[in-house]
Amino acid sequence: MNKKTLSFPYLFWAGAFIVIPLCMVFYYGITDKTGAFTLENIITIATQEHCKALLLSIELSLISTILCFLLAYPLAMILTGMEVNTHSFIVLIFILPMWMNFLLRTLAWQTLLEKTGVINSILGFLHLPALELINTPGAIVLGMVYNFLPFMVLPIYNALAKIDKNVINAARDLGANGIQTFLRITLPLSLPGIISGVTMVFIPALTTFVISTLLGGSKILLIGNVIEQEFTQTGNWHLGSGLSIVLMIFILINMILEAVFDQEGEGASL
Amino acid sequence: MKRKCKILIPLILGMSMFALTACGSGQSGANGEVIVYNWGEYIDPDVISSFEEETGIRVIYDEFETNEIMYPKVEAGASAYDVVCPSDYMIRKMIDNDLLAKIDFDHIPNAKAHIGQQYYEQSREFDPTNEYSIPYCWGTVGILYNKTMVAQPVDSWNILWDETYADSILMQDSVRDAFMVALKRDGASMNTLDETQLQAAKEALIAQKPLVQAYVIDQVRDKMIGGEAAIGVIYSGEAIYTQRENPDLEYVIPKEGTNVWIDSWVIPKNAPNPENAEKFIDYMCRPDIALKNFEYITYSTPNEGARELIEDEDIKNSPIAFPDLSQYDNLETYSYLGEEGDALYSELWKEVKSE
Amino acid sequence: MKKHLRNFYIGLIFLFLYAPILTLIVLSFNASKTRAKWGGFTLKWYSSMFRNDAILQALSTTLMIALLSALIATVIGTVACISMQAMKRRNKAILMGITNIPMLNADIVTGISLMLLFITLGFRFGFMTILLSHITFNIPYVILSVMPRMKQLNPSIYEAALDLGASHTRAFFKVVFPDLLPGILSGFLMAFTMSLDDFIITHFTKGPGVDTLSTKIYTEVKKGIKPEMYALSTLIFVTVLILLFLVNKTPAEKRKHPIP
Repeated sequence: MNKKTLSFPYLFWAGAFIVIPLCMVFYYGITDKTGAFTLENIITIATQEHCKALLLSIELSLISTILCFLLAYPLAMILTGMEVNTHSFIVLIFILPMWMNFLLRTLAWQTLLEKTGVINSILGFLHLPALELINTPGAIVLGMVYNFLPFMVLPIYNALAKIDKNVINAARDLGANGIQTFLRITLPLSLPGIISGVTMVFIPALTTFVISTLLGGSKILLIGNVIEQEFTQTGNWHLGSGLSIVLMIFILINMILEAVFDQEGEGASL
Repeated sequence: MKRKCKILIPLILGMSMFALTACGSGQSGANGEVIVYNWGEYIDPDVISSFEEETGIRVIYDEFETNEIMYPKVEAGASAYDVVCPSDYMIRKMIDNDLLAKIDFDHIPNAKAHIGQQYYEQSREFDPTNEYSIPYCWGTVGILYNKTMVAQPVDSWNILWDETYADSILMQDSVRDAFMVALKRDGASMNTLDETQLQAAKEALIAQKPLVQAYVIDQVRDKMIGGEAAIGVIYSGEAIYTQRENPDLEYVIPKEGTNVWIDSWVIPKNAPNPENAEKFIDYMCRPDIALKNFEYITYSTPNEGARELIEDEDIKNSPIAFPDLSQYDNLETYSYLGEEGDALYSELWKEVKSE
Repeated sequence: MKKHLRNFYIGLIFLFLYAPILTLIVLSFNASKTRAKWGGFTLKWYSSMFRNDAILQALSTTLMIALLSALIATVIGTVACISMQAMKRRNKAILMGITNIPMLNADIVTGISLMLLFITLGFRFGFMTILLSHITFNIPYVILSVMPRMKQLNPSIYEAALDLGASHTRAFFKVVFPDLLPGILSGFLMAFTMSLDDFIITHFTKGPGVDTLSTKIYTEVKKGIKPEMYALSTLIFVTVLILLFLVNKTPAEKRKHPIP
């Protein structure tokens, strides 16, 4: 069998279902209803409502990414430090929740956070005032952290597990204290994992529309919601595509960042 | 890794065996199929199965939340439907954009015999020649409130701006309904294209937003029954159902006036099974079937035959199920606003939502 | 002391990850239909789930799509890996770049791009369009798990087999394939899992009457979810739990890919 012919099925598939569809998004993004060239669909990101949605998305996804990192790093370190059963721990933490449908898991938070929900019932039982939890930006951040935390822990854990123990021991022998070792050895060596984790949390958080719908009561409009509504409700594919192009710019920046920091391409291989 | 595969792969194979057998149970009916696109919770599921049994036509049933979600799907044509149930202004939009087929009333005898004449007359507003649509349900939009949470009398849209009920108000997550509330409150028409009126309505909706618990559609029902909110904007048809589930709830039509709407069956031009679509609509117009639907969804039916069959006199003459609309003088029906009008409304709505 | 702190932290994370799941499980036994009230213990949602055609249909569609898309993606992806070995360095890099797109791109953009493609081609939305989309986003996962194995292969073994008189096909299946198998299998499992969990791309490419569990749940959420769904997810959860327990009874061999 000739190896050239073997490559045809995938070449065809990649062309038909990856490249051409993306070109179509670009085509719709830079044309108007009559098919004439325009940049209006992209510039519209500067209008107040789109800008607000984008900025809010960036803000919430940044907060979520930072929170994920702060939660995940100690966890990954603890996991690396554990000698036995690390594997089953990882399975328990990450794989099992993933098999529960992601919409159902998010929906469960609705039940917990609702006005008459579990948390407020407990507060009421303790004679504490009820909290306004659901339909706030905080609830959305919570949903993002909850859903994307595993994507932060895994790459960091992989990076930490790869660090040679002797390097750390050498640093200690040479007189570095715990904090110095951490800052100058562990942290820099785990950087590829961090970068890859940040990408894997930031992009889905930035573009989500499901979490904001389920936990935001449709009161909070993220850029993902705007795009989804342009396609499913307003029916303005050109505008929706234009905004998608703007999103892709962010994705591109992220890809470049990752390529720069993670040249071996190891952190990304989940 | 290998160990894991040894167990997981048989499992996956087992599951797929299940999938294959389960798929087998849903093969197409002896007489083809009909693809129905209807509002959520807008039919008695038993009616679908009885239709399938009687006609041998398999029903493929899909649901939408708002007219706005329905329209792009039908327009794109990639999902072909046989029967759709849009509201008034959307029917006009579909007629104008040449998406609907004319209905042959000779094939739908029950529609002629049992649907009240006044509903056809009302339909002329959006279907001037009565050729494209057959009324399915009608009603108004009003306020549903919980008597244990709201002490004051409710008779005006203004209560939706009352700070006492902050975080206990449910608004409709649909452009036209949300703007209708704000416009009517200001005494404007719900079909206005006047820039200042619309800007005022937008500002009002923005001012209201902090008080709103959530923008929802079908969820209003469950949330009101569950006592999660005190006041909600809802379609009249849900009133009887919600009252049955929670007697503390009360439905009112505000004094500033409201929207009166009709949802009608239509057949899209690209319907793959138009004959089956006619059979389906005819079946829905049969009085006993319309009655079953009415009892399940509790939306007012334009089917005179079905109303005759209602045994419970209270319901038959209920002012909520069958209101006498002549006592209100400021009711309006949505009209199609044209492409630019639609764009203007959705732009303003986006501004409200992004605030 | 330090150890306690660690355990406490892990406990907190566990609570965070499992509180919602526990809630779902508890709700599946709740006799009252609304989530807000506890109406006593019941098993009725389990029995009515097995009589609910819509849910069973969605479950079977989900499994069919996951299985078929994972299988087809595995075949295409594996063949692609083999053929990429023979490519020029630059072409290979370009193709790998394209392969990375569906993984790194936002799901919503992938979803709408495929939707636009299907509409332009005049496809009718339904089972096929979902399947094609799932294959598309599954192939990269297969390629990324087969590729490392491919790199570890020793080409001289294959050549030796040829020298000893084996045909190309025979040499491949007897010599190369067994070495690739672990990578292929883990790629398959990964693709299967990704397909199971996908909502966004299915949301944009599905047609009338075809629902996966995800899209079914999404429509139900908008209407008020039925407790049968909690029952179903509890069952899925328990099944997977038992399964993973069986697999992990003894410490597994150290793996390259922590996710199946």
